[in-house]
Amino acid sequence: MTTSRLLSLEQWKSWLWSIIRFVLITGLSFVILFPIFQKISTSIKAKGDLYSAVVVWIPQNFSIDNFKQAIRVMDYWVTLFNTFALSATTTLLTTASCALAGYGFARLKFKGSNWLFGGVILTILVPPTTILIPVYLNLKSFDLMGLMTLFSGKPVNLLNTYWPFILTAVTANSLKAGLYIFIFRQFFRGIPKEVEEAAYVDGAGISRTFTRIMLPNAIPSMVTVMLFSFVWQWNDSFYTTTYLTSSKVMSTQLSSLPYNLAQQVTDGAASQADPFYLSMIQDTGILLAILPLIIIYLFVQRYFVESVERTGIVG
Amino acid sequence: MWGVIYVLPWLIGFVLFFFVPLLASLRYSMSTIQANAEGIAIQFTGFANYIQALTVNTSFNRALIESITDVLVNVPLIVIFSLFLAVILNQKFRGRAVARSIFFLPVILASGVIMSLESTSLIEAVNQNGTGGSAFGTLELEGLMLNAGVSEWIVTYLSGAVDRIYQIVSQSGVQILIFLAGIQTISPQLYEASKMEGATGYEAFWKITFPMVSPLIFVNAIYTIIDSFANNAMTKLIRDTGFVKFDFGLSSAMAWVYFVAIAIILVIVSIIFSKRVFYQD
Repeated sequence: MTTSRLLSLEQWKSWLWSIIRFVLITGLSFVILFPIFQKISTSIKAKGDLYSAVVVWIPQNFSIDNFKQAIRVMDYWVTLFNTFALSATTTLLTTASCALAGYGFARLKFKGSNWLFGGVILTILVPPTTILIPVYLNLKSFDLMGLMTLFSGKPVNLLNTYWPFILTAVTANSLKAGLYIFIFRQFFRGIPKEVEEAAYVDGAGISRTFTRIMLPNAIPSMVTVMLFSFVWQWNDSFYTTTYLTSSKVMSTQLSSLPYNLAQQVTDGAASQADPFYLSMIQDTGILLAILPLIIIYLFVQRYFVESVERTGIVG
Repeated sequence: MWGVIYVLPWLIGFVLFFFVPLLASLRYSMSTIQANAEGIAIQFTGFANYIQALTVNTSFNRALIESITDVLVNVPLIVIFSLFLAVILNQKFRGRAVARSIFFLPVILASGVIMSLESTSLIEAVNQNGTGGSAFGTLELEGLMLNAGVSEWIVTYLSGAVDRIYQIVSQSGVQILIFLAGIQTISPQLYEASKMEGATGYEAFWKITFPMVSPLIFVNAIYTIIDSFANNAMTKLIRDTGFVKFDFGLSSAMAWVYFVAIAIILVIVSIIFSKRVFYQD
């Protein structure tokens, strides 16, 4: 009798917890998803529905006019292509260079390598704003220790090209690269030494061991790093607004969107643009900017969540 | 020597795009910089820029203090919140996969431009007022807690947290991820043994999960601090001083004061944690 009552008490407790958990998770999910739903709802409304008292979520008159306007103002397809190309390039280069550095720091210890790894930590800690101006001036008249002057007579201006991104990506110093090196180092340290030793015994050199044995094992951490670096590059406004002032990339387009909207979307000649209408198109623009990311995320999220667990961030 | 070859690409970039600029910025911060036809002329002025930033400039001190208090207020909330969520997301329940992918969504969406545009969005502001009443709800709760004798400071802190829930949730994506990965490396035998001894889930959390993930609490605290310092009113002020007013010297001086402030906070946090973190080996 007592044991069954105790059991049922346990049962009640676990039910109660399930309910609390359900409420919490649903509530917080709602908080996260709410802005997205709101944007979707706003973006398909016709202009008249803004002031209609009956319309809250589901519009009375569906319209894709907002999308047309946003696509026109943002020059969406060109921007999309540019952003995608930029993000994909830097992602691949960053992942490759960071994997190399991470492996070097984890396994191929040399004199002073711990000191250099301290340098990696320093790049994580120093806010990018601190070195922004020298880097900017450096890129404005880029002169690789006098090499450029030697060949072309004068330093080259790399601003408004993709070179700053490519150069920093190749040299593992792009946006948050220190973090990626750290992730790779932790991961490679977690792989048993025996695996490498077996490869050496079988006659593989260091580079062969790295490309054939270690990299295939590192796929989970590579997925994590690639996803992070793609997304952060896509959303980055810090570097893009500094290096690419006139180029059409998603984040620069987004940050200049309010201004462009006020310039370009005026109904008729004299009437002032309605701020609510502009805000409506702005929301549609944000939605358009993050839509590709959400679509990519839908495909990779399962793999992503699993791989982070095996990444060994947590070495 | 292979190690040098593997690290070399990074090392070149480190020197070119980090170390030399870092020293240059320190030099700029102590000089006035004039751009002319031949390039830039740098004139050493000692600590003039620092003095100007700290005593003359009207917005610097305020922005600095604001961003520091912001971080100090938010970091504990974000770390505790993400640990709590990671524990929940680690339990078995129906729809766990969906819940996980929703909670990692902010990793993708929370970024500078989108967040700043969102805060200016009129439609969102209007809708939030419409569906709101949230302020009313917390007010009521506040009264209840004050009556119950909870100290006023804690009450305002917590109710502020409830009002900023979106900000907190959207900054916790990476931290949840790190905690979740950490919790999954704890061996299940520990939990089984504790269950045999009659420990409740609550006790198991404090006696097993918490000590095992304590190094990660440290990591996440550091990450959150760096992350929240990377983009706020202060960085905007530094950038505007540099690229709108073209006062490179003053901007560099501000950036260095800012960096030193962050470094001090990081050192204090590390000292606090280093005594309390539990390492298995």
